[in-house]
Amino acid sequence: MNIHEYQAKELFEKFGVATPKGKVAETAEEAATIAAELGGTNLVVKAQVHAGGRGKGTFKNGFKGGVHLCDSAEQVGDIAGKMLGEVLVTHQTGEEGRLVRKVLIAESVEIEKEFYFAILMDRATERPVIVASSEGGVDIEEVAENRPEKILRIPIHPTLGLQGFQARKIAKLTGFDTAQMKDAGKLFAAAFKLFMACDCSMVEINPLVLTKDGQVLALDAKFNFDDNALFRHPEIAAMRDTEEEDPREVAASKFDLNYIGLDGNIACMVNGAGLAMATMDTIKHYGGDPANFLDVGGGAKEEQVREAFRILLGDPKVEAILVNIFGGIMKCDVIAEGIINAAKGIDLTVPLVVRLEGTNVDQGRKLLEESGIDLITASDLADAADKVVKAAAEATAA
Amino acid sequence: MSVLVNKDTRLLVQGITGSSGSFHAQQCMAYGTNVVAGVTPGRGGQKFEDTVPVFDTAAEAVQETGANATMIFVPPAFAADSIMEAVDAGIELVIAITEGIPVADMMKVKAYMAHSGSTLIGPNCPGIITPGECKIGIMPGYIHNPGDIGVISRSGTLTYEAVWQLTSAGYGQSTCIGIGGDPIHGMTHREAAELFTNDPGTRAFILIGEIGGSEEEEAAAWIKENCDKPVAAFIAGATAPPGRRMGHAGAIVSGGKGTAEAKIEALKEAGIAVAETPAEMGATLIKALK
Repeated sequence: MNIHEYQAKELFEKFGVATPKGKVAETAEEAATIAAELGGTNLVVKAQVHAGGRGKGTFKNGFKGGVHLCDSAEQVGDIAGKMLGEVLVTHQTGEEGRLVRKVLIAESVEIEKEFYFAILMDRATERPVIVASSEGGVDIEEVAENRPEKILRIPIHPTLGLQGFQARKIAKLTGFDTAQMKDAGKLFAAAFKLFMACDCSMVEINPLVLTKDGQVLALDAKFNFDDNALFRHPEIAAMRDTEEEDPREVAASKFDLNYIGLDGNIACMVNGAGLAMATMDTIKHYGGDPANFLDVGGGAKEEQVREAFRILLGDPKVEAILVNIFGGIMKCDVIAEGIINAAKGIDLTVPLVVRLEGTNVDQGRKLLEESGIDLITASDLADAADKVVKAAAEATAA
Repeated sequence: MSVLVNKDTRLLVQGITGSSGSFHAQQCMAYGTNVVAGVTPGRGGQKFEDTVPVFDTAAEAVQETGANATMIFVPPAFAADSIMEAVDAGIELVIAITEGIPVADMMKVKAYMAHSGSTLIGPNCPGIITPGECKIGIMPGYIHNPGDIGVISRSGTLTYEAVWQLTSAGYGQSTCIGIGGDPIHGMTHREAAELFTNDPGTRAFILIGEIGGSEEEEAAAWIKENCDKPVAAFIAGATAPPGRRMGHAGAIVSGGKGTAEAKIEALKEAGIAVAETPAEMGATLIKALK
């Protein structure tokens, strides 16, 4: 799960991670009031969407830039008015862009130097790892690729936590001098506390800055949370903004379906994450392009199967559907009933290829056969992929 | 011959009175697995299916029945506690089926297990089966046949797919180990490969991996140095969109590792036959045998 920049700022404030003062606004008037409260000068207005590249983005109304420096409360109100309710297109949003519903008004700081600081759950060492670099504000992957010596990695003990000496060491090794070492260390300790307390899988502060007046501040941040732990953090789960997510994914999550939207035209419904990924790979191998990843899970109920099928059919890009089920706990007859019920009352306009194997496979096949639904049956995975790719190609040609 | 479990395995089921726990405990018993005890705190003294004694704690279950393996079906919020309880009770083989355990909890479990004598399989795994002898987990028993091919996998249904391809082609399995799909888990690909390499009853094995982490690469490096048996592999996720599970920071840590391409390259470099599609997993292994 992702959160907005203003929500990250709220979490930073709660845990004592130093960050420029700021507040979120939903209207131009509110933005101007906040600007006045923050002193009225040296401010920045930032469009709140879950996508990078905001500064270089363009609004569909022609207004340029999702990040603006302002020097008066009126100017803040004016800029906020041009952003709110408008659609921002950046290199990460795709051409459809994102509707801006909120803007963040924050103090603008004069930067002396930029750093990179992140904490993530590292699977290899099975503990949190701090990744820090003197090269901040830039694409950190590029730094990792070309100048790996500039990246520091410090594993942290899972139950003892970040020790004082480690914080000081990270500060010095990333290039903070003696005067800023303590402030930097304090920020690292607070960020680590936040990481553990909120079950984060990643907290990335980029850039972490040293200002011209000597403050160490987290300027921008990206959070990832462990979805498995959200049950014990209702306040974080409440930060989820479904408006920022793929509507297909939002619909799927309501029914506990594991769905990821893609750009192709062949929809697939599979049980199990590994088999779902492998099914996508096989479609691609036969020259097709998957429209989604969909794992209906090991113990899906008939209702979930029906809803999954509706989501697939609701995607206008979809030109063929592949159902690939290897029933273990999941029984093939349950899948068949779900498909039959979903197809009832819906005009099935795209070809449907079904491959069933495993528990109760004979009942499942029989149900589908007797239902009268127009479908193509496949004997194994390769046959299924081959048939669905051909069916999609014919649909495209028609 | 087999690894880890056989007809002498004495199984405890933690969470035996829950809906999935009871269903799968019955399925395992029907397959012939020797289920000797169950644990559900607060249900001590009851009998499961009129035969299996239920205890309040794993320690009591081990003391009374001599259980040496456990299958865990406890819900995610309490599963880490149950794994540690099993380790504390001295159970040699702990198989955690539960899906959805918080990563931070698993990190603590692994730290707790550091100096224990227990082996953890999973969590978020289908379990482990030695066909014809002992099934511990949620896999459909009938797709397996006793034989001499080992199977190691991070994914449940993809394992069934591989097993079914082998069985359909007339090749049975020595043992199939589902190591699980969570980022922090117990037995690794390398450790499972080591078991099969040293097992005289296993002639060859299949390793089924997926994107993320670097376990497949580690297993490949180990196999290259230490294993003379034929090995086939498949890596799922070559077409998965990058960055959907891992953020930027995650990409730094694994560097070039973690992608399907890097894993396939490492496996091929180790002389392992890599199936191009999951439909060819069985055929790729059978070809490697000849």
